Amino acid sequence: MCRDCGCSLGPAAQRAPLAAAPSVPGKTETIEVITAILDENDRIAAHNRGHFDGHGVLALNLMSSPGAGKTSLLEATIRALDGKLKVAVIEGDLATENDADRIRACGVPAVQITTGNACHLDAQMVHDALDRLPLADLDVLFIENVGNLVCPASFDLGQHRNVTLLSVPEGDDKPAKYPVMFRAADLSLITKTDLLAYITEFKLERAHAALRQIGFQGETIELSNRGGDGFTAWLAWLEREVTSQRERAARGETAKPSIQPEGASAHAAGHRPSR
Amino acid sequence: MHELSVCQALIGQVERVARENGARSVVAITIAVGPLSGVEAGLLEHAYPVAAAGTLAEHATLTIETVPVRVRCRSCGAETGAQPNRLVCGACDDWQVDVIAGEEMLLTRVEIETEPAPVH
Ligand SMILES: Nc1nc2c(ncn2[C@@H]2O[C@H](COP(=O)(O)OP(=O)(O)O)[C@@H](O)[C@H]2O)c(=O)[nH]1
Ligand SMILES: [Mg+2]
Ligand SMILES: [Zn+2]
Ligand SMILES: [Zn+2]
Repeated sequence: MCRDCGCSLGPAAQRAPLAAAPSVPGKTETIEVITAILDENDRIAAHNRGHFDGHGVLALNLMSSPGAGKTSLLEATIRALDGKLKVAVIEGDLATENDADRIRACGVPAVQITTGNACHLDAQMVHDALDRLPLADLDVLFIENVGNLVCPASFDLGQHRNVTLLSVPEGDDKPAKYPVMFRAADLSLITKTDLLAYITEFKLERAHAALRQIGFQGETIELSNRGGDGFTAWLAWLEREVTSQRERAARGETAKPSIQPEGASAHAAGHRPSR
Repeated sequence: MHELSVCQALIGQVERVARENGARSVVAITIAVGPLSGVEAGLLEHAYPVAAAGTLAEHATLTIETVPVRVRCRSCGAETGAQPNRLVCGACDDWQVDVIAGEEMLLTRVEIETEPAPVH
């Protein structure tokens, strides 16, 4: 069993191929290559980004543990926008069966991704879902990733921004435990703040400190989907990003999340891409 | 487990390199992985044989080079090591740092067999 996300891969299946001893090789040759292992995914992600930019649509990737409040946030956001922005949702969260139905009940298009690996979305799955969405009529596409604090962080989907949610019941030390995920965020939402009154061991200062320690340099908004200043700040962030995306797309430019481990890595290590 | 997806992507890359170079089979693969890439070496090792089964790389050995995290400080300029969940300058403790290594998830070397072993 995957100790990060609980998905299973039988131990027998893992060991069998190892038992076969490699035969004595003949003439061999060593080829030095420097390529991102997820090169193919990155290529499809760039292609998706091209689709979004072609229509001036802002694509946001929402990541969190299961139950942090992604679907609820989308429901509340769609209701609060009341048609002011045209929204659609790609639902990748399998933790609850009916997330796409919940979104459709708010009156916006939603596509549920049900195929593939259950622990993260990849660029191909998003691309397949795009066929079923009216991109030309949209301002924002939300991609609700699988509830998982490990696997989704490694896969570029073509989004412009990453948004992570950390809910109060999860504890203020989550960023320290899952640094890769929380560092990848452009916007970090601390959700369910209405519960701060009951879960007194959650200290906002400690959550902010933990985010800073893992190198998170984006914006943080504290909110509850029951309304309040934080929720207003989130809507303002969203409208700002939609405007920036429209302007960028009109100039023929694009944007990526600020942390892109895969893309940055070749430079970071002082390697040159080989081809 | 996304390490299986990562291994499948890896095998895809390796097979492409192998074919481009006229390989009969792949003998060894080296990858570089940093702790900030989001994949774990141990889990990759477990997933690898499953992804490699039935491919040109079926019998290839996988070497994982772990790239330690390094940061460059924006205030004092020092380049130091750091923990993945404590990305601060090792010299002055400032958190305004740039990550210069540790995010890698790269295929770096492929050893292929181009001719069969001589029969004796
Ligand atoms: N108290 C409180 N509960 C919330 C809030 N947002 C979501 N929830 C609850 O948290 C649970 C999980 O929410 P959901 O949106 O399905 O989480 P997801 O798995 O991240 O999509 C549901 O019971 C929600 O009603 C909030 O702001 N405050
Ligand atoms: Mg959900
Ligand atoms: Zn997983
Ligand atoms: Zn310093």
